[in-house]
Amino acid sequence: MTAHESAFASAKADFNRRTLLKSLGIGVVGIAGIPLLAACTGGSEPAASGSSSKSLTFGSSASDAVPKNAYQAVTDAFTKKEGVTVSTNVVPHNDFQNKINSYLQGSPDDAFTWFAGYRMRYYADKGLVAPIDDVWEKIGANYSDAMKKASTGDDGKMYFVPNYNYPWGFFYRKSLWAEKGYAVPKTFDELTALATKMKADGIIPIEFADKDGWPAMGTFDYINMRLNGYQFHLDLCAHKESWDQKKVTDVFETWKALLPFQNPNALGMTWQDSAQSLGAKKSGMYLLGSFVTQQFTDPAVLDDVDFFPFPEIAMEGTDAVEAPIDGLMLSKKGGTNQAAKDFLAYMGTAEGQAVYAAVDASNIPAAKGSDLSKFTPLNKKCADTIANAKSISQFFDRDALPAMANNVMIPALQSFIKDGSVDVKNLESQAKALYAAQ
Amino acid sequence: MSASTSAPATGTGVKTPVPGRRVRRLSGRDKLVLGIMVAVPTLIQLVLIWIPTLLSIGLSFTRWNGLDLSDIKPAGTANYEYVAQDYPPFWPAIQHNVLWLVFLAVIATPLGLLLAVLLDQQIRGSKIYQSVFFTPVMLSLALIGIIWQLFYNRDSGLLNFLLGTAGKPTAVDWFGDASVNIWAALFAATWRHAGYVMILYLAGLKGVDPALKEAAALDGANATQTFFRVVFPAMRPINIVIIVITLIESLRAFDIVYVINRGTNGLELISALVIQNLVGEGQVIGVGSALAVILLVISLVPITWYLSRAFKKGAEE
Repeated sequence: MTAHESAFASAKADFNRRTLLKSLGIGVVGIAGIPLLAACTGGSEPAASGSSSKSLTFGSSASDAVPKNAYQAVTDAFTKKEGVTVSTNVVPHNDFQNKINSYLQGSPDDAFTWFAGYRMRYYADKGLVAPIDDVWEKIGANYSDAMKKASTGDDGKMYFVPNYNYPWGFFYRKSLWAEKGYAVPKTFDELTALATKMKADGIIPIEFADKDGWPAMGTFDYINMRLNGYQFHLDLCAHKESWDQKKVTDVFETWKALLPFQNPNALGMTWQDSAQSLGAKKSGMYLLGSFVTQQFTDPAVLDDVDFFPFPEIAMEGTDAVEAPIDGLMLSKKGGTNQAAKDFLAYMGTAEGQAVYAAVDASNIPAAKGSDLSKFTPLNKKCADTIANAKSISQFFDRDALPAMANNVMIPALQSFIKDGSVDVKNLESQAKALYAAQ
Repeated sequence: MSASTSAPATGTGVKTPVPGRRVRRLSGRDKLVLGIMVAVPTLIQLVLIWIPTLLSIGLSFTRWNGLDLSDIKPAGTANYEYVAQDYPPFWPAIQHNVLWLVFLAVIATPLGLLLAVLLDQQIRGSKIYQSVFFTPVMLSLALIGIIWQLFYNRDSGLLNFLLGTAGKPTAVDWFGDASVNIWAALFAATWRHAGYVMILYLAGLKGVDPALKEAAALDGANATQTFFRVVFPAMRPINIVIIVITLIESLRAFDIVYVINRGTNGLELISALVIQNLVGEGQVIGVGSALAVILLVISLVPITWYLSRAFKKGAEE
């Protein structure tokens, strides 16, 4: 009897334990689900608080040695000038970029490095960054209209202080062009005529590399802006314009005229490979950012490199320049810290810019009145091109939704390079799905 | 979990047929220990496998920008429709995964078996060959990338140099040409997979009772017959492990295409698409989750098949 009873009790206990575990399990799913969901995007540790007005925290993605030292110089100079301590948290730039969502939602630093473009406006729109119109009142005169436009959010407020940028254009070797008697093309027709001539001379007219997927976006952006104008580029990138329309088809049709002149092996090459080929005079010109010069370690070659803007096609001459801008922003929390605002204002002065550029000379300071005396002629030309630009685009992957750039445009452009065909209807249906998820 | 709690109870029950007594043997402490032993692995399973899986499945039916939980919007099957109809890399990825499976099963695995059989003969330097063939399995991702870059590079790679086409316009672009790069990647995958299979089969061959071979020899079987009729069937457990590994390797194939060009331009694989859509800048949580669920469902087919077979066999014995 007792044995039976205890057996029953035990079975019941067993049963209870099981149901308990089961319900516990469900409970865990329910309860743990929510924080885990948030943790999926990777939470960040609370940063040192910068609420006191005499200190600020600065999140920097400048993890490479040169820019890291350059920002260090800026924060040191700022501390010396204003007596404000800046504690810098350096994060490797890929990580920083990939984790920006959770970073801004967690406990971000007061000020942080970021870039102009869609994602700047996107986070401004979501209220995750602080408007800095009062900072711009102080530094506004230091920047060109194009820079100001690039620092404005969709609501018309200012959110961004440009630090430096670098232009995209056709780079070429002066000695090769002088030897063969090539002239800088002003129009698209002149460009194709020149390319035909180069091909006849047995060199690859237009160097090209797209193994990594993104470099081809530069060609797309320029043809698009020259054909349809800067505003259309912005609207298309923000998906305010449809992809399924003649204007977009025309871009690809125009590009088709260039395809036979671009390096046919582009899909297997990185931009570094292409830069080598340009340096070795195997190819005539190369449309890329001015960072291409990093590959020319021989000073003789470097001195021999020049560049010209993408020739005009139909609209706005060569007013628009593709010149991605890097700079600083304030997090929501940083917006309440006057010291952080002062720091951004300092970055936006010719003085702050000079401190940065003294260490990192590979980029062009964004503010007017920066000291260009130490610049190479090529860098001066880059700076002039940017200064004279009526509008500055940020490159497709910064102006558009990153998913659109990475997941849609890269395969689409690679297949266009392969067989010269593109399905704009499909681009539009993909864009619709991806932008709807934002 | 219920199976493991009841197993010791029935075990004791056989020895002492008196009903109820078996239960009394489980003291409070026993129950506690058993409870912990069951609860901890269950919890680990739950946290690391089941919750993420269920969340992925849930998220695959939503649109979410990854910012605020209140931004999660139900999307029905829109993500799946997007993947199947509008996402150009998806169907090539499925094809490539199937190709990967067939290639590993038909070429790489038999090659590993062949290597194992050859090395199992008492040849001189067998240990050195084993290490050489097994090395690729141990190499890191970055190193594999460099090695194959050296091998396949269009202008300066070893392969085009040996073919005599390096630097000429006729040179094959092993990584850039979308019609050949999948084969280049499969060759690299074979290079790893064969070593892996070889080690497993070598262990299996060592475990085969030599008496079987002697008996076969006495019966007049030649070497081929001995191997296929006697040794190979005797390695049945290893064979099943190899089949499962080949399946898993072909489904989760990722690293080699990722180091070549991050799985674009002719090298699309489902795993690479999942990574592209879930991690990093191009994050689209709904679409990435949908791709992950599709990969999960595909993986479940062979796993279910294998488990049901294994359990059926266990029940027969």
